[in-house]
Amino acid sequence: MSSSSIASIASSRRNILVLCLAFISGFIIMAIELLGGRILAPYFGSSIYVWGSIITVFMLSLSIGYLLGGRFSLHNPRLSLYGCFFAAAAALLLPLVLWGDAIMEAMFLRIEDPRYGSLVVSMLLFFLPTAVMGMIAPYSVRLLVVDHERSGHIAGTLYFISTLGSALGTLATSFYMVLWFEVNQILLTMSVMLALSGIIAISAGRKVIKAAPVSI
Amino acid sequence: MTISLLRCVAAASTLLLTALLPAAASAQSGTLNTIHQEKSLYRNILVTEDDVRRCMRFTITELGGQNQSCHSLDNPDKLVFPYAKMVLTSLLVQDNPGRILIIGLGGGTLVHTYSTLFPQAEIVVAEIDEAVVSVAEEYFDYKSTDKIKTVTEDGRLYIKRASLRNEKFDVVILDAFNGDYIPEHLMTAEFYEEVKKLLPANGMVVANTFSSSRLYSAESQTYAQVFGKIFNIRMANTGNRIIVASQQPLPDKATLEQRAAAMGDRLLKFDVKPAEMIQYIKTEPDWDTEERVLTDQYSPVNQLNN
Repeated sequence: MSSSSIASIASSRRNILVLCLAFISGFIIMAIELLGGRILAPYFGSSIYVWGSIITVFMLSLSIGYLLGGRFSLHNPRLSLYGCFFAAAAALLLPLVLWGDAIMEAMFLRIEDPRYGSLVVSMLLFFLPTAVMGMIAPYSVRLLVVDHERSGHIAGTLYFISTLGSALGTLATSFYMVLWFEVNQILLTMSVMLALSGIIAISAGRKVIKAAPVSI
Repeated sequence: MTISLLRCVAAASTLLLTALLPAAASAQSGTLNTIHQEKSLYRNILVTEDDVRRCMRFTITELGGQNQSCHSLDNPDKLVFPYAKMVLTSLLVQDNPGRILIIGLGGGTLVHTYSTLFPQAEIVVAEIDEAVVSVAEEYFDYKSTDKIKTVTEDGRLYIKRASLRNEKFDVVILDAFNGDYIPEHLMTAEFYEEVKKLLPANGMVVANTFSSSRLYSAESQTYAQVFGKIFNIRMANTGNRIIVASQQPLPDKATLEQRAAAMGDRLLKFDVKPAEMIQYIKTEPDWDTEERVLTDQYSPVNQLNN
């Protein structure tokens, strides 16, 4: 991927915004996945199946998110709805911070087998926020694509940006953030970042709507 | 996505190294022979033997890494490592355990020692890695009996469930650490609180851990917060230190000396002289007491250990 081809996609302000937000969502998805192991360990240990549960649930929720995001992109694709995905993800992260321990404690008491315990808890804690974040990728593609000939190119660039975000999110969290902050502090920061991203996208979308009648 | 990819790369490079290294290593080490080698879910397990001892290592090469556990071939009671002697020094605090919980099996040295000393005691061993249990059985004469129960489970989970069942252990020994990777959830204040719930009034926890790096201070601070005063057993020339903590106030020096005298030659077959070990017990903090306490929310133990 040469930088000139990214530059051609990042030609409008709107596209730059979409790419930046896709980067942020990629960053946050992996930061949360990485923290998942830390969050579950006190109740389900650090056995290999705990990672198995977490990765399974993240893959599953992303796959469903991709499906839904693609569906939503069919009708009237717009920045304001895109921003709502971020806002929803921000809100859906909060139960993890607020009630994570209570949920894990309850499941620890109900399910003896740590494999299924960790799988059920991963579903309860991570499924909704991750699925919503999964909706962002296909919706971003739709916001960026103008003609079908360049659709593959645009999708490739978008995956590049968001997966680069994932790589950096993994690295930053595991190398540095856990050394400086508590797990819940990091999660709250992620939630605030998602909320801000949502507000920016929604307000950018409103400007477009307001500007539209004038141009017509 | 990134994690699973990373794991694949790590596994592939380990495989490559395992294939290349044994030949090079045996050429250099002379009489040191690898008698068993396997990749478990958690680590590489290597059993090596020379003329005098057989060792279990968690590493991919015969040259690198520490020995986890060694048996002296001519005298199985002889403790090869100073850390095992330091662990036995904790008997000066509580010398009559009826139930003992050991987290981390290794070659089973501590199990052997405690079951020899206290044949009536019930010993439970929680070891996360099934492969370590079978290697210990095959190469280190480890056996589960009606007194020795082996559970293949994460130590923290075993402790949580045991405390739900209201079980008590007079001695809890934490021996789940090696130099390469430390389970983060076994070093937090919340975990020590859970351990504390298993201890009867005169029970104690004995932890085999590290003697250097920032982790030393962080870990010491965490124990001090949960238990108050701790014993810190340190000897020169070893990377280990032993923490002894109890719900009750720890004995003073005069009491320790009395108990050492009363113990007499009981530990002599393990080459441990309690009276001589007293000098290695530190009772005052020799760590940075400003270091942040480790919790489930904040436990970058592997980063602090660099």
